[in-house]
Amino acid sequence: MPAPIRLRELIRTIRTARTQAEEREMIQKECAAIRSSFREEDNTYRCRNVAKLLYMHMLGYPAHFGQLECLKLIASQKFTDKRIGYLGAMLLLDERQDVHLLMTNCIKNDLNHSTQYVQGLALCTLGCMGSSEMCRDLAGEVEKLLKTSNSYLRKKAALCAVHVIRKVPELMEMFLPATKNLLSEKNHGVLHTSVVLLTEMCERSPDMLSHFRKNEKLVPQLVRILKNLIMSGYSPEHDVSGISDPFLQVRILRLLRILGKGDDDSSEAMNDILAQVATNTETSKNVGNAILYETVLTIMDIKSESGLRVLAINILGRFLLNNDKNIRYVALTSLLKTVQTDHNAVQRHRSTIVDCLKDLDVSIKRRAMELSFALVNGNNIRGMMKELLYFLDSCDPDFKADCASGIFLAAEKYAPSKRWHIDTIMRVLTTAGSYVRDDSVPNLIQLITNSVEMHAYTVQRLYKALLDDISQQPLVQVASWCIGEYGDLLVSGQCEEEEPIQVSEDEVLDVLEGLLVSNLSTPVTRGYSLTAIMKLSTRFSSLNRIKKVVSIYGSSIDVELQQRAVEYNALFKKYDHMRSALLERMPIMEKTATNGPAEIVQTNGETDSTILDTKHLPNITQPASQANDLLDLLGGNDVVPVIQTTVPTKPASAGGELLDLLGDLSLTGGPTPTPAPSVPMSQPPFLLDGLTSQPLFNDIAAVIPPMTAYNKNGLKIEFTFERSNPNPNIAVITIHATNSTEAEMTEFVFQAAVPKTFQLQLLSPSSNVVPALNQGSVTQVIRVLNPQKQQLRMRIKLTYTHKGSPVQDLAEVNNFPPQSWQ
Amino acid sequence: MQFMLLFSRQGKLRLQKWYVPLSDKEKKKITRELVQTVLARKPKMCSFLEWRDLKIVYKRYASLYFCCAIEDQDNELITLEIIHRYVELLDKYFGSVCELDIIFNFEKAYFILDEFLLGGEAQETSKKNVLKAIEQADLLQENLDFQIRLLPAGVLSPNISSESTGLFQS
Repeated sequence: MPAPIRLRELIRTIRTARTQAEEREMIQKECAAIRSSFREEDNTYRCRNVAKLLYMHMLGYPAHFGQLECLKLIASQKFTDKRIGYLGAMLLLDERQDVHLLMTNCIKNDLNHSTQYVQGLALCTLGCMGSSEMCRDLAGEVEKLLKTSNSYLRKKAALCAVHVIRKVPELMEMFLPATKNLLSEKNHGVLHTSVVLLTEMCERSPDMLSHFRKNEKLVPQLVRILKNLIMSGYSPEHDVSGISDPFLQVRILRLLRILGKGDDDSSEAMNDILAQVATNTETSKNVGNAILYETVLTIMDIKSESGLRVLAINILGRFLLNNDKNIRYVALTSLLKTVQTDHNAVQRHRSTIVDCLKDLDVSIKRRAMELSFALVNGNNIRGMMKELLYFLDSCDPDFKADCASGIFLAAEKYAPSKRWHIDTIMRVLTTAGSYVRDDSVPNLIQLITNSVEMHAYTVQRLYKALLDDISQQPLVQVASWCIGEYGDLLVSGQCEEEEPIQVSEDEVLDVLEGLLVSNLSTPVTRGYSLTAIMKLSTRFSSLNRIKKVVSIYGSSIDVELQQRAVEYNALFKKYDHMRSALLERMPIMEKTATNGPAEIVQTNGETDSTILDTKHLPNITQPASQANDLLDLLGGNDVVPVIQTTVPTKPASAGGELLDLLGDLSLTGGPTPTPAPSVPMSQPPFLLDGLTSQPLFNDIAAVIPPMTAYNKNGLKIEFTFERSNPNPNIAVITIHATNSTEAEMTEFVFQAAVPKTFQLQLLSPSSNVVPALNQGSVTQVIRVLNPQKQQLRMRIKLTYTHKGSPVQDLAEVNNFPPQSWQ
Repeated sequence: MQFMLLFSRQGKLRLQKWYVPLSDKEKKKITRELVQTVLARKPKMCSFLEWRDLKIVYKRYASLYFCCAIEDQDNELITLEIIHRYVELLDKYFGSVCELDIIFNFEKAYFILDEFLLGGEAQETSKKNVLKAIEQADLLQENLDFQIRLLPAGVLSPNISSESTGLFQS
């Protein structure tokens, strides 16, 4: 059998292959040869064969059949064999294979070998890939070697111990005695690895940390070593560009950081040396900056005095101006970490940071963007926003979504004026409209709704934007919603803020219809525009045109559009009397405290992003839809009609009501209620409290007795009470309507009104048929907000059909138990 | 450090050192993705990037990319120094090292790396000591392998970094 070819020969041969197929062929041939050689248990050439196998493994070919051979090599007495064997073990074996455990004994023997280089091989292998079992078995040997005077072995043992601790943290205690005089070594290798070991121990165990702080007095020792490194003259062995052993310096600084964190004494003890390093380190090369970087991180983390902190931030500021982009990157990362705690100091470097937005490197740009958002405040908002909007224009698409969200947030927090706010939003929508997150559409709609005086201006600008470009869906959606709401302002040319444009109803309808047919519009957008067209039926006079559009879409393929169109159609035909009330102006919406700004409305079962729109849909299939013409309920001036929260399309979602907050409707009715000054924005958002929990009643702390509110002609209505859990000012009343006559009551509708100082919300009833002979009941939930804790009074109106004839009755309910409103 | 990879500009792996336990399949996947990501970087970009939950530090020396994955708390700038130190060691050992040296003597490259780093951390900060240890270990080997370094024929344009370009030339 000829000797297997040498490693270099093989490498040369494989490299001559011109195609992947040729290479594969060569490899397969060689593998076959190697396999048979292994089978023959050839000791002489095993090393050579495994080496070849490792090369082929690196090229990506399977080499598992060599695993056992590695073990045999490790067990051999020849150094060459051991060297290749251990290398093979590190490359081919890992803890997942059971084979690796067989190494344990070999390693154990080699750890006690007479030759330090063999011991070194064993330590290295154990420290790189030793499994937990191996570590457990061999920890004792490692610990022994940690105490040897041979620095070559000691340094390796220290790092091996680090690995053992990472794998089996419980063994940490075992290495403690050996760490006693690690730092008194002169050998830099040992020093460095010891610092790493101590760092690992301190990071893992708070007990160890305090032990090293108090008992071992680690900080003074480290300070002394660091000082020597800085002060000592040129040492050729450890010098890197004029700095003595920067690796060791950086590790020491890192350990000091851990020791000083949260501890006043330690922090004080290291103050001087940190200042010294920060001021004396050469900054012309990367090495010096690496040390400064670590120093800055340490200063920021420990309890340093303010002078030192300012020094650190200034170093970072200087980094920002460095030509080396790596340094700039590192500076931005560190500033991001410190911007919360040292905000003012970082502000001083704001202009440099903003300049970094124009950097070519993607990572730097991202960091600069994040930092810029963190630095925005009331004072610099205008200037910063200019830069950020410019950045939004020119940045990569991956950034645009984050940038847009950040701009919205910043604008919301610090907008100097409503007009500026709306302008900013417009700018974002027009430049990066397609990247804006989906949840910003409802947020923006809410913002626009609440900026009442800007309605005309907003709708005008949005309309103009639509004329330019209808491809950016979020923009289109917001614009169509606004046109639907404020189309009358648009047509009447009422804008105060800028030159009002002349636009006719037909033109507006043209635009909206254009959206419906355009290929650029998504189904969601189409829904928005259809609803907008519908809303305009109460604001415009071109009813016929609108009716026509609506009826066309009644046969649309898109189910959503079809449903809307059919319902709107029905609204025209059968419920025309309700139309104006249903399509009224949206009242001011409150942001809830429980939901973040990204979720104005989270209603059970409603996932449509056009939540606000669907709330206007009457559900024709549920005749229990409460009509809004409550004006006849009004008896005196002190009674406010209830805004019925609209019926959801799914009857089961009892909690899924809209945050149709009660504006104070002017008693003369009309489509544009002005927001009530008596309803301040800071009111607790009671309507949404507990919305997400079903059932609504989860606080039975105060048991309030039920009462009979009405009992006439066989119809009895009982009220039961609960207190709403998060808000004690809210009383939750459930009405139970029962019918003792022999005929059932159909089309049963319950309405209620309360005095002005209260607010009321009526949820949907369980059904609209009250079965005869008390066989069942209709239940409905009322929520009453009573912030002034006044005596609860209510006027109720009942309508139903009994034995074929309609019945209507009004009643006052005054006998509320005191606990329900106190 | 979690791992170090050396690869050529064509994406061929020249050395892989893993300090975390991963299956072969995972290693292959990580290697493939990371090589792609790094090779896509433009020359003017900075040497650091975030990849998955790791920080990647890379530097190109002639035709070879040296790429390390470090953890959140590790210092990126000093990692660049570590990479540089390793190249210096290779250079001293091979005498003006080029990619070909590492291709044909990959096991030596590993041996040197294992004398410099252990478990992902530097074990010796003195260049002299690392090289001395390697020298002694080499002497221990009963078969002294004299490797003939292959020099490719032909004149190389100074702008093209090929496998025989010394790593310290730009």
